[in-house]
Amino acid sequence: MDERVVNSGCEPRASIAEIGAVEGNMPVSVRELTKVYGTVTAVDHISFTLAPATTVALLGGNGAGKTTTIAMLLGLIVPTSGEVRVFGADMSTRRGEVAHRLNFQSPYVDLPSRLTVRQNLTVYARLYGVANVAERIAHVARDLQIEPLLDRETGKLSAGQKTRAGLAKAFLNAPELLLLDEPTASLDPDTADWIRRKLRDYARDRGATLLLASHNMAEVERLADRVILLDQGRIIEDETPRALIETFGRKTLEEVFLDVVRRRSRQPAERPESEVAPARKAS
Amino acid sequence: MSTLSRAASGAEPILLPPTGPAASFRRISALVRRYMYLLRSSGVRLVELIYWPFLQMLTWGFLQKYLAGTTSPLAQGAGVLIGSVLLWDILFRSKIGFSTTFIEEMWSRNLGNLLTSPLRPYELVAALSLWSVIRLGVSMVPVAIAAYFLFGFNLLGLGLPLAAFFAVLVLTSWSLGLISAGVILRYGLGAEELAWSLAFVLLPLCCVYYPVSVLPGWLQVIALSLPPTHVFEGMRSILLHHTFDPKELWWALSLNAVYLFAGYLTFSRFLASARVNGTLLRLSE
Repeated sequence: MDERVVNSGCEPRASIAEIGAVEGNMPVSVRELTKVYGTVTAVDHISFTLAPATTVALLGGNGAGKTTTIAMLLGLIVPTSGEVRVFGADMSTRRGEVAHRLNFQSPYVDLPSRLTVRQNLTVYARLYGVANVAERIAHVARDLQIEPLLDRETGKLSAGQKTRAGLAKAFLNAPELLLLDEPTASLDPDTADWIRRKLRDYARDRGATLLLASHNMAEVERLADRVILLDQGRIIEDETPRALIETFGRKTLEEVFLDVVRRRSRQPAERPESEVAPARKAS
Repeated sequence: MSTLSRAASGAEPILLPPTGPAASFRRISALVRRYMYLLRSSGVRLVELIYWPFLQMLTWGFLQKYLAGTTSPLAQGAGVLIGSVLLWDILFRSKIGFSTTFIEEMWSRNLGNLLTSPLRPYELVAALSLWSVIRLGVSMVPVAIAAYFLFGFNLLGLGLPLAAFFAVLVLTSWSLGLISAGVILRYGLGAEELAWSLAFVLLPLCCVYYPVSVLPGWLQVIALSLPPTHVFEGMRSILLHHTFDPKELWWALSLNAVYLFAGYLTFSRFLASARVNGTLLRLSE
């Protein structure tokens, strides 16, 4: 009997339906999620859900809790309290059931540098259970324009090329949920713009849910349907980019971000008058 | 275009079922493939695998040859020293193979990718174990052949017990490898030294080059609680007295089961602890 399941795709599977019926069919459901390291609370009772086919950005300054939140969604970190469910599965206990439906990319996590890009993609395609490995790698490589890089050592690629190789790894299983930590960090504007377009096209064509942590406000404005603003581990805003800009009475998301970060980092007496004015417009 | 034909063109992946023995085997073999690629990528690594065991074998082989020309009682047991060296290297190389392969994932900052993939921790352990045996084969087979041609020592001359000796030593090396990997997971690469040195703790206790009877009584108890001790005692018994007590091996294998269980438990606990205290995230970056 052919054991293959056709395909990853958009078609619901029996297990999804079963899980969905019990847990709700949201790609991500986070409830009262908290992570404490010793005396430091990195993530503090946050709750949110990600609907299918949406792109959501996690925004916040350094130490706001973005990376820790993503790590808990991936199962790399166990929450101190609260719950993370991905496609209905508790990531602390049932990660294996859904891991093949998501993927992850971060410029801070490398693919092994001594292997060629093709070798790396082959290994990861097999880890994610892709049956048509060669065809899939060829397709993803064509799509991300890394065909000439396939037989080069990953460690010898430029930062932009490495990002594209990492993205190829993240697209191999056509994930329904893609988690991205600073997807365009350390890239030149042209390459970053190209990556953003790819991500937007992927989310649209695949109907995938994207969650990205970023410091790049232009990127967030361009990609995200919704922004979750974190500060000291707490969600302080959860809106569309446009609604946030309007609410804060600013022109760009960057100005909103600066408002939030400076409001926290400065004592009221030190703040210039323009900033002492209510940062958030009365609604 | 139908979904099937789109999948067949590579536009969409055909995903295999993520659970069951076939899925586990696929993921384990994917990791072994990764290690194979790594070994193939560097001729230096390949040479290094053979270099140290070969030097060891040469040194002890010549010592053995010298002793054979004296009136030393050891001279009566042709090959005892060289046999000890080769068996010790099975344990040591297998342990190093397990540990360094694991550390390699940290050096290459690949652990985050692996641990967020569908790979299960026991599959990672299985791949490391399997690869340690493959590495051992690459390392020890040429050296054992060289020992035969240079010093006339035939490792296969140990007969059927050799297979059991091999199993005992490899199982012990996995236990040690699991403990090292767990400690590194929990305490980071700062604990890397442990991966290199843990096996050496066994060197004096397992009585590699001398009989257990040499040790003081209280230390003999400890020595006999270590599976490799029974291997080295068994080897000496075969080479010096041409006798072999299989009960010793059963005892060693039973001890191995306990150590292996303890090793996996240690690894699992430290992995869980690394997920709790965030070490895993820091190690992944």
